Amino acid sequence: MSTIRTYTIGTVTDCLRALVLASLAVTAHAAPYVPKDDSVVLEHLPVKPGDPIARELRQLRAELAANPRKRDTAIRLAERYFSLANSEGDPRYVGYAEAALKPWWDLAEPPLDALVMRAILKQYSHDFAGATQDLEAATREDPENARAWSWRAAIDMVQANYDGARKDCLALKKIESDLFAVGCIAYLDGTTGKAAAAYRELSEAYARSGDSSPEVKVWVLTRLAEMSLRMGNPKQAEEHFRAAYFEPINDQFLLGAYSDFLLDQGRPHEVIPLLVDWFRSDILLLRLAIAEKELKAPKAAEHIEALRSRFDAAALRGDKLHQQEEARFNLYLLGNKEKALALAQENWKLQREPRDARILLEAALAMKNPSAAKEVLDWLERSGHEDPGLRRTAQQLKALKP
Amino acid sequence: MRALIAAVLALAAASAFAHKPSDSYLAISVEGTDVSGQWDIALRDLDFAIGLDDNGDGDITWGEVKAHQADIAAYSLARLKLRSAGADCPVHATAFLADDHSDGAYSVMRFEGACAAEAPAIEISYSLFADIDPQHKGLLRLEHGGGTRTGIFSPERATQSFELEKISALTQFFDYAREGVWHIWVGFDHILFLLSLLLPAVLVRTGGRWQAVERFAPAFWDVFKIVTSFTVAHSITLSLAALGVISLPSRLVESAIAISVVLAALNNVFPLVHGRRWMVAFFFGLIHGFGFASVLRDLGLPQNALLIALVGFNLGVEGGQLAIVSTFLPVAFGLRATWLYRRLIFIGGSLAIVLVAGIWLVERAFNMKIITP
Repeated sequence: MSTIRTYTIGTVTDCLRALVLASLAVTAHAAPYVPKDDSVVLEHLPVKPGDPIARELRQLRAELAANPRKRDTAIRLAERYFSLANSEGDPRYVGYAEAALKPWWDLAEPPLDALVMRAILKQYSHDFAGATQDLEAATREDPENARAWSWRAAIDMVQANYDGARKDCLALKKIESDLFAVGCIAYLDGTTGKAAAAYRELSEAYARSGDSSPEVKVWVLTRLAEMSLRMGNPKQAEEHFRAAYFEPINDQFLLGAYSDFLLDQGRPHEVIPLLVDWFRSDILLLRLAIAEKELKAPKAAEHIEALRSRFDAAALRGDKLHQQEEARFNLYLLGNKEKALALAQENWKLQREPRDARILLEAALAMKNPSAAKEVLDWLERSGHEDPGLRRTAQQLKALKP
Repeated sequence: MRALIAAVLALAAASAFAHKPSDSYLAISVEGTDVSGQWDIALRDLDFAIGLDDNGDGDITWGEVKAHQADIAAYSLARLKLRSAGADCPVHATAFLADDHSDGAYSVMRFEGACAAEAPAIEISYSLFADIDPQHKGLLRLEHGGGTRTGIFSPERATQSFELEKISALTQFFDYAREGVWHIWVGFDHILFLLSLLLPAVLVRTGGRWQAVERFAPAFWDVFKIVTSFTVAHSITLSLAALGVISLPSRLVESAIAISVVLAALNNVFPLVHGRRWMVAFFFGLIHGFGFASVLRDLGLPQNALLIALVGFNLGVEGGQLAIVSTFLPVAFGLRATWLYRRLIFIGGSLAIVLVAGIWLVERAFNMKIITP
């Protein structure tokens, strides 16, 4: 009898909990409605039709519509869309860029410029194998194609293929200006155990290069901040983060890295003003929600629910592009360690940057399962990556071993 | 130079993927030759394809969407083909609404149509935005005969065929009836409520004391009245709630159910209502009906077989209830004159029920856990 009773009470409590959650989900996902009146604004477009960029896009699209095989127009349009995808963080633009390249998309040997553009779009959707294949073909055809080498380096770094990345950077060194060539090597060295030297090299090249564009400044400063952290110097890192933050451009990677830094420093209240306007960006909303949860802010529940429905939608779609963020979401916002670990492991198969390593180590630690993170522990050994936080987590994890 | 900057910046940016990509949500229901559905398409995508922001201020208003309803219907429905038995099933838009998904506002278009003949499969071709955004996907939910299937459309998988198996009404009826029986069986609060009302049925109160009834017939009719009024009452609210006529917050309902059990059991120890317990059963039965409805709602109600599900579930509940009563009554009648029944089972049992239901009440009202499994 008592077993039935406890079972029943459990069921009723579970039912209640499910109902409460369901009603939350319902409020987050309201039913279709008829807006009160015609003046209700439903959506803000990120680019106004009157903006210069919108005018340029319209003109290029009109040109291309008149002659879809006009390659230079198609590639110019694809470039514009790709940079919009980066600044707005919206993958729609990558789809638009792909549509512009349609006549060359399925060719075995497209012309060089179309080949490189195609590779860039492929890597955005995490088709790293396809992108690498295209880039290899491109650098074979034109060994001085700096752009193709840069992207090869970027993909090699994401996949922790450091020998390949070194080759790419060296090829770049022969053809590219000081700052970019040094930047490439420093990025590699800074990840693989030579952060202090990389920091010196990069800051000197940056000083030599004189006046750079805000994009380049933000890139260099963010890298210098990361290297400072690996060298165990958070104060110096913060100076670089702040300098990058005050450049007059929006950069989601900077905001993400800066927020992570603040969260690690136990300063979640500073994250909120930084990210309050970035609700639409999944990667930044995740950090915002983590900060809000730590502060027990009222918005936390709503943001967690929004993230949940976005991850659900991605799952429905069959996307596996968010796994690193989804693992963090599960570990820190839902407390679902098991799922976090599975996602982090799955993610590691495709992406092997320090932040991918970190979530896998943390999820494995939460599950007290060192063997699940064996590949990351090996990577840490092999790469010599210095980040003190990562090394600490790895030590804790190894200490669990019987 | 610009391109090169972008390339070097790619270092550390290669794995970025910040937003939800473009999806549409397509729900289609096929019943016989009738087809109906709802299609949620992001306003941003529609604006890119056909232009919605007429005044060019960067905001899309409901007025602008309304002005383009015909364009939206023409553009989207031209890119959705339903075919059954080799013939098209033409559909037309019937209503336009708006909705907010996690990534922004969507236009919601409802549509209807018919196929020439009923067929064992439906073929769906989806090419929305395929020419302007090859990354776009259509997420399909197909409902048929109480079953739901999902599918994903992309330019690589633009045409897909779905088998339409028949789920018989009888199977559906029994599925829901089984759920009803199961719910009464694990729904301890309903059983305790009923038992609290039934315990005194084999007794009669005379001169401030409980006496055993002499014959079976009065006890039987007493039970009959209580069970019938409980059934009628909870059937009413179960139906009203399941059909969406009334809805109450579940916390309130669950707490009220716990109160009903406490009161019914207390009434045995300190009799207040006596002789007209069927009225108590009716009144509180109304509340228990809402509890049943929330279970039914969680099971998911097939819109096409609402009545079958409702009746099946309700009859299942009654069946389960009847099984409990028909076990209880003979035993109670047999024991009615003993000390065991009158003191231990009747008074002791009622007090135990008050205690358990009291704990539920606190748990439910304050959303906390006291008895953990």
